[in-house]
Amino acid sequence: MSEFYGRFGTGLGTLFAALVAVWLAGMVLAPNIMMVDYALRPNLPPADLGGPRDVYSLDNILYLANESVHRSIFFKTVWASALVAFLTLVVCYPLAYWLAQTAAPNRTAVVLLALTIPFWINEVLRTLAWYILLAFRGPLNALLLSLGIIDEPVRWYGNAGVLAGMVYAYILFMLFPIYSAIESLEKSQIEAARDLGASVWRTHWRVVIPHAKAGIATGCVFTFMLAAGSYVAPALLGAPGSRWFTEIIYNWFFEGGDWNRGAAYALVLLVLCMAVVLATLRIARVNLTDVAK
Amino acid sequence: MRFGRTQAVHEVSFTVEAGEFFSILGPSGCGKTTILRMVAGFLQPTEGKILIGGRDMRGLGPDQRPTAMIFQSLALFPLMPVWENIAFGLEARGVEKSVRRARAEELLRLVALEGFGERMPGELSGGQRQRVAIARALAVEPQVLLLDEPLSALDLKLRQHLRSELRELQKRTGVTFIYITHDQSEALAMSDRVAVMSAGILQQVGAPRELYDNPATPFVAGFVGETNAIGGKVASVEGGFATLDSPHGPLRGRASNGLSAGAPAKLYVRPEALAYGAEGGHTIAATIDRIDFEGAFALAYGTLEDGNSLIVSIPNTKLGSAPPIGERASFSFRAENAVVLADV
Amino acid sequence: MSAADRILKGLFGFYLAAFFIYLFAPLAIMAAATFNTSRFPTVTPWQGTTLEWFNALAADTGMWQALWTSLVVALFVLVVALPIGTAAALLLTSLNARARSVMYAVMVSPLLTPGVVIGIATLVLWRQLGVGGGTFLIVLAQSSFIICYVMLMVAARLQRFDRTQEEAALGLGASKFMIFRRVILPFLKPSLIAAGFLAALQSIENYNTTLFVRGFDTPLTVYIATKVRTGLTPAVNALALIMIAVTIVGAVAYEVARRRSRSARLS
Repeated sequence: MSEFYGRFGTGLGTLFAALVAVWLAGMVLAPNIMMVDYALRPNLPPADLGGPRDVYSLDNILYLANESVHRSIFFKTVWASALVAFLTLVVCYPLAYWLAQTAAPNRTAVVLLALTIPFWINEVLRTLAWYILLAFRGPLNALLLSLGIIDEPVRWYGNAGVLAGMVYAYILFMLFPIYSAIESLEKSQIEAARDLGASVWRTHWRVVIPHAKAGIATGCVFTFMLAAGSYVAPALLGAPGSRWFTEIIYNWFFEGGDWNRGAAYALVLLVLCMAVVLATLRIARVNLTDVAK
Repeated sequence: MRFGRTQAVHEVSFTVEAGEFFSILGPSGCGKTTILRMVAGFLQPTEGKILIGGRDMRGLGPDQRPTAMIFQSLALFPLMPVWENIAFGLEARGVEKSVRRARAEELLRLVALEGFGERMPGELSGGQRQRVAIARALAVEPQVLLLDEPLSALDLKLRQHLRSELRELQKRTGVTFIYITHDQSEALAMSDRVAVMSAGILQQVGAPRELYDNPATPFVAGFVGETNAIGGKVASVEGGFATLDSPHGPLRGRASNGLSAGAPAKLYVRPEALAYGAEGGHTIAATIDRIDFEGAFALAYGTLEDGNSLIVSIPNTKLGSAPPIGERASFSFRAENAVVLADV
Repeated sequence: MSAADRILKGLFGFYLAAFFIYLFAPLAIMAAATFNTSRFPTVTPWQGTTLEWFNALAADTGMWQALWTSLVVALFVLVVALPIGTAAALLLTSLNARARSVMYAVMVSPLLTPGVVIGIATLVLWRQLGVGGGTFLIVLAQSSFIICYVMLMVAARLQRFDRTQEEAALGLGASKFMIFRRVILPFLKPSLIAAGFLAALQSIENYNTTLFVRGFDTPLTVYIATKVRTGLTPAVNALALIMIAVTIVGAVAYEVARRRSRSARLS
């Protein structure tokens, strides 16, 4: 801090420090603490607030553990989010490699720019595009029927629709970290590996992927977190049988009217995401400072 | 001055005269930049003090001292046109814009960059940027200009050209220059006086000629110019000359302070002080391994009888009678051209 | 080239084609559906070509109201996020290595927090203080993570800043404030413009966080999502088409400008 004040002087230094404090304390820390507070209190009518029944307990979280439907939706959300992250990785890795190492610079610039086009329009419209494409009487079914691949229309809404829409929505969050990680790999290393007789697969497995580890971990972490916390894709592309954990949380807030239970569920989601982030970074031996660069 | 637990500079004390071109010469890491930054006010000495014009600088920041610094990277502001760079110090002092502009033009004339005021620093050549940095520093009318190896990033030709330019500018403005460099030829060519530093210790302060002819320490003898060192024991000291008992017989040279009979010492003799032949009085013999032609002169590399090496400079005009390679040859020198320093 | 390499190359070409179809086919269909007379936006069956949905869009006052709300929110997010994000980046780059890595982890944590959680946490805090959902809370909740993006972009540029410029300015007698205004801020300007652009975009496109703190206000994303339930018409597609068109024009302009400036620099 002394270096900071030395650099900007007392006036500016205090102003900057105050701005950062407003953000971190007022906009990040305080809301989360209040959410924990809500999560640990029972949902009481106003008259009982501060009364003998207004005590901290884990009841709201235990409710989730004991309510089998919510519990299974929670676990489904976890593994489906992991699946989204994995599928996005598989879809993006070859392109990221090609852009970073093989493609001509001008082509890379054009493709990167083209990739961002779907992402300038918002997530709701992106999902809406899939909603239209996957409709029961929509273009995809019409195409497959006309090609004779299927005999009758398929109901895409549900798990398949949610997966397709989510992978689509998060491509950039996976592609860019991997791209910039692979880009920093010297081409001569790949050539050396090939020259020494390594196959394409082995070159990737032993040279490129270890180098791009931080980028891959970052992409996976972000994609998992975004998928687990997504609301719009399951809401538009899901079916009654494919409910997402965020939809349960939303219902507690705006339909069930139990904010405390909703806050508890949100807290569980937050803890899950933090745990996945830390575990992934630990496994990949990536420092948090390397994330989001 | 201490950095953490290592002492960067020990008990350094010297005086720079007003209007002098003063260089601090030493290998990288010797503490010369630390001294410069202490003078500028970016660092405060842990012990000791710095006086400028008799005024104690203790506790004064770089903005309160009558100094201006030229950084190694020059640190020109890349997003300001040249004239705004030059007038920046005046802007900081609240000088009116029209006055700033006029003063910037004056300084541009001084450094021969008229008409470059509206250019951006990125559009200038290395030498032009150099001159902008100097003009920017001079704009605040400092008593002392501090230069931190400002020529080190340039190529040789330009560097040599700018040396004389800097020297000339210093004489014209009369501002005291303190110049940091690790390049001994640069320091010798430009300076009125030079301070030689090594490992945080001030070795010697003197005019270039004095450093070359009368090095006070073995480090100075070796760092400033090329030299030959011949080890031995002091036999006697008399009349300003010392006799050294060496494996090549007794050799005489001018005595430095602190020599006592029987103590280990070395005799230092410059390559150009050695002549091929045995008629100089003091003679050493070496086997010539090779002769490198350098243009104006040639350097003969030989091996002494005890296995140490010897370098002899042979003027171009005498190359015809150069010693034959692979054979023993005698070289002689005059006692007044050699110096004997105690071993440390 | 061996047979295996040729197969690999063929496979890769197939993959590339599939990737771009995956990327652009949904958008193309969404855009094309604008011109179909069908009340539900689709291209199958094609019931007839029309431009009436642009009129429907123009007449959709709810949509324009929602767009206005989104723009107001984005403007306030800029006002909050740019100064704070810049201050955070300046603070971060002035810390020693250990403090910096701790601070960095704290500062990027909102990016690793699910959007719905950010919305919920903001909502419950402010209910306790007697403030309900609405534009004010949308701005606060969105800013809390959009500041991270600003911070990252400004910090990335700051890393390339030559700190001796600050020393030089100080040595020339400049005050800390003057150094900030004349040396640091001009250097940061490009990253501030880019960060402002990204921040506004993030704000307008946000749904997950906004949904929880919107109260009775309806920004564009919420409006569109609600339309899906209450009666989607190709008027929404018309809006999407306009946005895609603007994006493509912007992207092409950007690429042309990039190439021009590059060839200018090379010559």
